[in-house]
Amino acid sequence: MEDNLLEIRDLVVEYHTDDDVIYAVNNINLTIKKGETIGLVGETGAGKTTIAKSILRILPQLQADLKSGEIFFEGVDMLTLAERDMRKIRGNKISMIFQDPMTALNPIEKVGFQIAETIKLHNKIRREEAERRACDMLEMVGIPMDRFSEYPHQFSGGMKQRVVIAMALACNPSLLLADEPTTALDVTIQAQVLDMMRSLKEKLGTSVILITHDLGVVSDFCDSVAVAYAGEIVERGSVDRIFNNPHHPYTLGLFGSLPRLDSTEPRLKPIKGLMPDPTNLPSGCRFYERCPDAAEACALSPPQDIEIEPGHTIKCIRGKEGGI
Amino acid sequence: MREKAKEGGSVLETKRKRKKSRLYEIWRQLKKNKLAVVALIVLVLLVLLAIFAPLLAPYPYEKQNSKLSYAGPSADYLLGNDKLGRDILSRLIYGSRQSLQMGVIAVAIAATIGILLGAVAGFYGRWVDNLCMRLLDIYQAMPMFLLCVSLAAIMGPSLRNAIIALGIGTVPGYARIMRASVLTVREKEYVEAAKAIDASNARIIRKHIIPNAIAPLIVQITMGVGGCIMSGAALSFIGLGVQPPIPEWGAMISDARSVMREHPTLALYPGICIMLSVLACNLLGDGLRDALDPRLKN
Amino acid sequence: MTPLLEVRDLKKYFKNKAGMLHAVDGIDFVLEEGKTLGVVGESGCGKTTLGRTVLHLIEATSGQILFEGKDISNPTKQEMHGIRRKMQIIFQDPFSSLNPRMSVCEAIMEPLVLHEHMSKSEMLTETRRLMDTVGIATRFENSYPHELDGGRRQRIGVARALALNPKFIVCDEPVSALDVSIQAQIINLMLDLQEQRGLAYMFVTHDLSVVKYISDDIMVMYLGQMVEKAPSDELFKNTCHPYSIALLSAIPVPVYPNNAQRVLLRGEITSPINPKPGCRFMARCRFAEEKCNEPQVIEECAPGHFVACCRYKEIKENKD
Repeated sequence: MEDNLLEIRDLVVEYHTDDDVIYAVNNINLTIKKGETIGLVGETGAGKTTIAKSILRILPQLQADLKSGEIFFEGVDMLTLAERDMRKIRGNKISMIFQDPMTALNPIEKVGFQIAETIKLHNKIRREEAERRACDMLEMVGIPMDRFSEYPHQFSGGMKQRVVIAMALACNPSLLLADEPTTALDVTIQAQVLDMMRSLKEKLGTSVILITHDLGVVSDFCDSVAVAYAGEIVERGSVDRIFNNPHHPYTLGLFGSLPRLDSTEPRLKPIKGLMPDPTNLPSGCRFYERCPDAAEACALSPPQDIEIEPGHTIKCIRGKEGGI
Repeated sequence: MREKAKEGGSVLETKRKRKKSRLYEIWRQLKKNKLAVVALIVLVLLVLLAIFAPLLAPYPYEKQNSKLSYAGPSADYLLGNDKLGRDILSRLIYGSRQSLQMGVIAVAIAATIGILLGAVAGFYGRWVDNLCMRLLDIYQAMPMFLLCVSLAAIMGPSLRNAIIALGIGTVPGYARIMRASVLTVREKEYVEAAKAIDASNARIIRKHIIPNAIAPLIVQITMGVGGCIMSGAALSFIGLGVQPPIPEWGAMISDARSVMREHPTLALYPGICIMLSVLACNLLGDGLRDALDPRLKN
Repeated sequence: MTPLLEVRDLKKYFKNKAGMLHAVDGIDFVLEEGKTLGVVGESGCGKTTLGRTVLHLIEATSGQILFEGKDISNPTKQEMHGIRRKMQIIFQDPFSSLNPRMSVCEAIMEPLVLHEHMSKSEMLTETRRLMDTVGIATRFENSYPHELDGGRRQRIGVARALALNPKFIVCDEPVSALDVSIQAQIINLMLDLQEQRGLAYMFVTHDLSVVKYISDDIMVMYLGQMVEKAPSDELFKNTCHPYSIALLSAIPVPVYPNNAQRVLLRGEITSPINPKPGCRFMARCRFAEEKCNEPQVIEECAPGHFVACCRYKEIKENKD
């Protein structure tokens, strides 16, 4: 408990539409240690972003229903906190970076002021002091200080994402939620931004949850990996374990679908079929329909987490026998 | 296995059936919006009222009775009588004919011209766009109502000419909204995809641009119906629209203006009629916009 | 044998408030029947414009395009109609490349309506056959695009492109909007189709691992110009241009431990408006020196391997 920065227990989130209930997150357990960088990997609709939004409690209020669960941050269950206390955590102790830097910045405000504004909001300091620290932040993400009073449209995509990162890190948060921070960027720019984020996180000791679909980025940036599928974490372990000894058939399938630079196979091996309809999830294993190794027992009841190695868990009843 | 195939077939069957009745599909969507359904019923009733006016009205609309001038409601004359002693209820019922015609036909003319003009200007851009828009600027530099008045005056006072004048006078609003909407649709990849299979410009405008750009206009169109009913009334008031003694809601309000203090109900009843029809149009428009958009289907 | 497609010194400039934007600036390539040319580069390098220009969706500023040996640079309306049958395009975003108000069936049928003289029922049969080819169940024929997932939508895009039986398809980032597992399904579909029908692809993408997988030749573009072109294995084994080296090293590889040596570029892509005559990569290049200010000559450094860098030999020696 002590060195766990964040602990999510049995989180269930549903979205309600006119006629349907979308089961977005189903019984997720996840812990993040201090200073750990975890990659949350999964495809569209796996519930990755919903998890991040639940942590910050910024789910859309009308449709989303946080059914049950507990989210402990530094030992406090955030789901029981009053909105007023929550506001002190958001952007201060936990901050979030979104995929599209364009929407995160106010187009008619100078970028420097936007960062200073965030700092002022959470610290009782004078404006000059906040602006000075905003300048420092800009320098830190590799933007020259003289661009302090420029507007967002004067920055390129990569630069904007740097500004967003500077803003997110301005209050020195202990947890950073990065939702596909580099997906909108070009590869060479992505390499620059990741490089910068890596050195920043080491310098500041920030824990990071990196939400992404790009396994390459994960192996490069993270300490551990959680693979999400249809609202569940199907496999969790260190990067080493997941990349070199994956056990869950879905994780194996993901690796098989990737075109590898060194492969000589004439065809890729995609996972057959599609992700199950989130309004009508199968009663047994969520991956049953698409699983190449499915047994009859898989369809009967949802599998529980099995620890196959210390720190490496999978949600698959055949986990012990299967794998590579 | 065979059963499964059969099932698939039946699904296909029902789907095809549904496809055939696109109207039914729209109705199914519209049904979900209770207000829109109420609005639709109100409008249908109004239209029926207009069509069957001679059967429904208790008296001929022009029948005068000087003894009953400004008489209050009575068992014989449910809503009372006007200055000349004519039955207000009958005049309201007959008036629906003129008012609805004015609203609907004028808007139909305006919207058709506006949509075509806006689509062409937006799609072709450059000088075509410039030409169309500057023309509209000039058009709009004149007060809209004055324009209608001059048009109606040139063509001579009558219901038909008033409708034409209103139709032409209100084109710019539709054209501008359409153009703005087309400008965003034009940049969509499916328009380029259509170009890639060598679809003609006319086809692209008809099949890809207009159906996707028209949504914001539906509300404007329904609001326009209300506006045209009002403007038509004003034209009638200054003698360029419906000619007395033919009744018309707007004209009835105008007539009642001088005695508003003494007999407020005279203006109130036609006012309620106009309000009801305009409100119904707006609510229906709102519902239709949602129903017509396949993206909002669940 | 004449190649299927030959592009000579193709240029496309856009007039801009700030000056001339050199989107595509002197591109040459040759594409044989049944082969795939991968075009890679970052956003703003002109790769999408190149694809569109080759297809005449955008008029070229200058240059020649030869299709089956025939110059189609300035086609008449009628010629254009014929060309459209043979050259098609698959778009990046299956969410915006389909008209939301057309059902699956209508969307796939549209090219047939425009080009084939068929009866309605013949068209329907053909449409169903196409749906079968690309792997969409016929029960979706009356669905609308928004009811389908990304993979199925992209299959519709493929079916539309195939409808007229083309010989050449420009694939503009066809899988970059899709999830990994679906991406693999679509890539396999495209490879199968190429095998069955002898299609030639021009595969435009920023995803190098995909392009390596699918292409015979790869062209790397930077600011409207080709910096390097080679058979795909050769390019990855023997990268010559400093930009390609940086680009290849920046691909995140899903292996652990990930000890790839990243070559980080400084700065970001410079403006393509009124570029200077010298090497366009110079501002970000570690090896830039005086002679890079001269226009770069394309050299053949190995059979079929072209590079536009005056210092590639020295850089190579340095590396070894």
